[in-house]
Amino acid sequence: MSAAPSKMLATLNVNGRDVTLAFLPHATLLEVLREELRLTGTKHGCELGQCGACTVLVDGAPVLSCLTLAADTIDRPITSVEGIAVADALHPVQRAFLDLGAAQCGYCTPGFIVAAVHLLERTTSPSETEIREALAGHLCRCTGYTKIVEAVALAGQRMRATTHG
Amino acid sequence: MGNNGARSTEGRVVGAALPRIDGYAKVTGAALFADDMAFPRMLFGRLLRSPHAHARILSIDYEKALRLPGVVAIATGRDLPVRYGILPSTQDETVFAIEKVRYVGEPVAGIVAEDERTAQRAAALIEVRYEALPSVMSIDDALRDLTENGEKIHPESRKSNNVHKDVHLTFGDIEAGFADADRVFDDEYFFEGNTHAALEEHSAVAICGADGKLTLWSSTQTPHYLHRVAAAVLEMPASRIRIIAPPIGGGFGGKTEPVAHELAAAYFARATGRPVKFTLTREEIFYTHRGRHPVRIHLQTGVKNDGTITACRLQTWLDGGAFGSYGVATTYYTGALLPVTYKMGAYAFDGCRVYTNKPPCGPKRGHGTTQPRYAFESQLDDIANALGLDAGAYRAAIAVVPYSRTINHLRVTSCGIREALSAVAERTDYGAKHGKLAPGRGIGLAASAYLCGAGLPIYWNPMPHSGAVVKVDRGGGVTVFCGTSDCGQGSQNMLAAIVAETLGVDILDVSVCAGDTDLTPVDLGSYSSRVTFMAGNAARSAALEVRERIAAAAAAELGIAPERCAFASGRIFDRDEPDRALAFVDAARAAEARCGTLVGVGSYTPPADLHGDFKGSGVGPSPAYSYSACVAEVEVDFETGEVRVDRIVLAHDCGRALNPSIVEGQIEGSAYMGMGEALMEESAFRDDLHRIPNLLDYKTPTMLDTPSIEAIVIETEELEGPYGAKEAGEGPLNPVIPAIANAVADAIGARIFATPIVPERVLQALDGTTGPLRLRAPVAARTA
Repeated sequence: MSAAPSKMLATLNVNGRDVTLAFLPHATLLEVLREELRLTGTKHGCELGQCGACTVLVDGAPVLSCLTLAADTIDRPITSVEGIAVADALHPVQRAFLDLGAAQCGYCTPGFIVAAVHLLERTTSPSETEIREALAGHLCRCTGYTKIVEAVALAGQRMRATTHG
Repeated sequence: MGNNGARSTEGRVVGAALPRIDGYAKVTGAALFADDMAFPRMLFGRLLRSPHAHARILSIDYEKALRLPGVVAIATGRDLPVRYGILPSTQDETVFAIEKVRYVGEPVAGIVAEDERTAQRAAALIEVRYEALPSVMSIDDALRDLTENGEKIHPESRKSNNVHKDVHLTFGDIEAGFADADRVFDDEYFFEGNTHAALEEHSAVAICGADGKLTLWSSTQTPHYLHRVAAAVLEMPASRIRIIAPPIGGGFGGKTEPVAHELAAAYFARATGRPVKFTLTREEIFYTHRGRHPVRIHLQTGVKNDGTITACRLQTWLDGGAFGSYGVATTYYTGALLPVTYKMGAYAFDGCRVYTNKPPCGPKRGHGTTQPRYAFESQLDDIANALGLDAGAYRAAIAVVPYSRTINHLRVTSCGIREALSAVAERTDYGAKHGKLAPGRGIGLAASAYLCGAGLPIYWNPMPHSGAVVKVDRGGGVTVFCGTSDCGQGSQNMLAAIVAETLGVDILDVSVCAGDTDLTPVDLGSYSSRVTFMAGNAARSAALEVRERIAAAAAAELGIAPERCAFASGRIFDRDEPDRALAFVDAARAAEARCGTLVGVGSYTPPADLHGDFKGSGVGPSPAYSYSACVAEVEVDFETGEVRVDRIVLAHDCGRALNPSIVEGQIEGSAYMGMGEALMEESAFRDDLHRIPNLLDYKTPTMLDTPSIEAIVIETEELEGPYGAKEAGEGPLNPVIPAIANAVADAIGARIFATPIVPERVLQALDGTTGPLRLRAPVAARTA
């Protein structure tokens, strides 16, 4: 049996802060976030890239953290659900999910929220089809998606009102 | 969409679409699910699972695995020999297989190590020698007599084949009923098994202190049952075991009975003195299963020419998988609720559950009632078409009436089935569209009923089904303690809403302590859609007890009679002179000064007269029933056989909606889940192997497959429900599958007699070939 590989030391930029830590070269970003940094807001539903629950933003774009090596994210800003709220104020996407009851069990919610934030950063007035296409890689077994689609639209509407109003 | 019927909710909690109290933690990622917990020196566990569907275990050698650096302990069947099962009548499982394995994926050994990878590597080093036995993979196989030759899956069974449970019930004169019929409709259906696929992967974390006290956190819908089983299996007093249910990442029935990894976590925590975590992989969850039973259904219905049902005979064969699970109850449930929806002159039910060498089936949302409902509502549609009746009006004409008894002696109270039927028919213009849409387009309708909690407990006892304690703090904060487990349906919010409404305080001033067997009174668990009705009633009673004491103290302070005290907006005031008022916190302090510590207790036991007096009468009774109706509109692609659902409108009688937004969420989620079962979800096997144990191949609807769902909340006043409430968690799923099946029949002009309605079946129906499951020609063709 070959010797276990040794850990590497690296600096990751997570939710706006640099953290230096040691992890195995084959560790996934999901494992590093949850197990090393204890950022347990990021969830796992399959660890095979099939459910979307583990989605985080890397370089501002959604990635499946279960299929991403932590070693590949060095020097690239990483945002998990814990980095979405600004200070103690909820992001409009979080507020809309809360107001409309778009989170039931809440397990898929962090993945949906970071992906929706990314969508609304590109356009605050997505059509229903655009919302559904952008979030189609995320499974939710509780909501039937109806309130999630409504919440993303509502968040966009509120963001437009803040920008222009 | 939205709640129909405007209602002033100012200052009120019940009836208002307030954000759920657990929503804040869920949108920020702060909610701690079982796998999110970690403790110093925690060990990680893995299970070694059987590669055989049916085999004798000849030997297990784990010496090599134990020597792997980092491995701390290994256990097999002989370490945990106590048999258990969720039902007292079916104690047929052990944590790890003993002597035999009965399905691919059955746990054979457990390993704990310093990290998960080491535990996984150690599992691969365990040497198990098996002697393969012939496997039983179908209902027909399981029914075969083995007296002469062959080994039963459970050799201790007294049957000569692999039948687990046989039930026969008759109500009224069934032969006379059929003799009286003008027409008899006779069809066979097959409902494929499927699974919950809750997004959270099951996880359990256990700690055993030096004092011998064991604490187990588990993603369980039933902490109380886990408590009982853990005590039995670990051979420990229940008083030394504490079960805590953290927030559950979806359940749908998949986390309602104790399973191996939870008990293994507890065992290893005690054996090693270190914290232990077991988290299942998605593949393992497909083997753990306890999902929807595949059911073969034979349905004969006799009707008069006006559609009146003179007799109905239902036969069901359930493929139970390798163990009992809730299967005895499931078997009865396939027969119990058909008469709760429609009047029938006579009713006969024969149910038969068999063991097969597949992962055990159990309860999924709608527990056993979903499969026959699909068949019955499909056949009713064919009856309506054959008799030239409008499907909606026909159902309304034969529907049960409020405050009546069904042919199988069940007590019906409030009943909004007619309102639900007309709401969906009107919203969709069903009557104008059915049978008149362009080829390939169809519209279908169906209705159903469901329980608000099982009227009898799983293990016989005379104690309450639900208990609650309400405590008021000197700072004005209120805490409700109740043994419920929140799997996303909103039970925490429901408890807070009922207590806040009763005491007239802000919902955010109420904290909920739930699902902790040390701290909370027993609630039997989140299954059979029982929590709002039962725990809600217990919480309401507890809050009323506190309220009475606060009212007495406030009345003395205000110089009025206690009956004149009103509670709202954080104040207690004189009904007649609202300016005479006291802040809630001041009244609470005055009450504590008068009566001592301010705590109220409440409990709920269902009434005793809900059912008839016959063997099997314990399954089906409920203190109330919810009613649902659904219309689906579909498009069928004649080239590919694909079915696209364009619209689902679902009306649900939930009694009074405590929080309309949460009720809508339950309706929408049910519509989605039903659509998945109707069109794509299936627990399929190839030879002995689960064909698709992952979320990519086990197809569930994505956002792009799911239409926007229109939920209609039908409110009836349920006199026995808390603030008039019934249930919304399971009932709305049941009409969805037949509504879609009926829409497909409307679209293609032929009936498909099996689920899921995958393209192959559609194409088969279109070119007129008869598939193996299409046992009879469509009714329309036979009567033409």
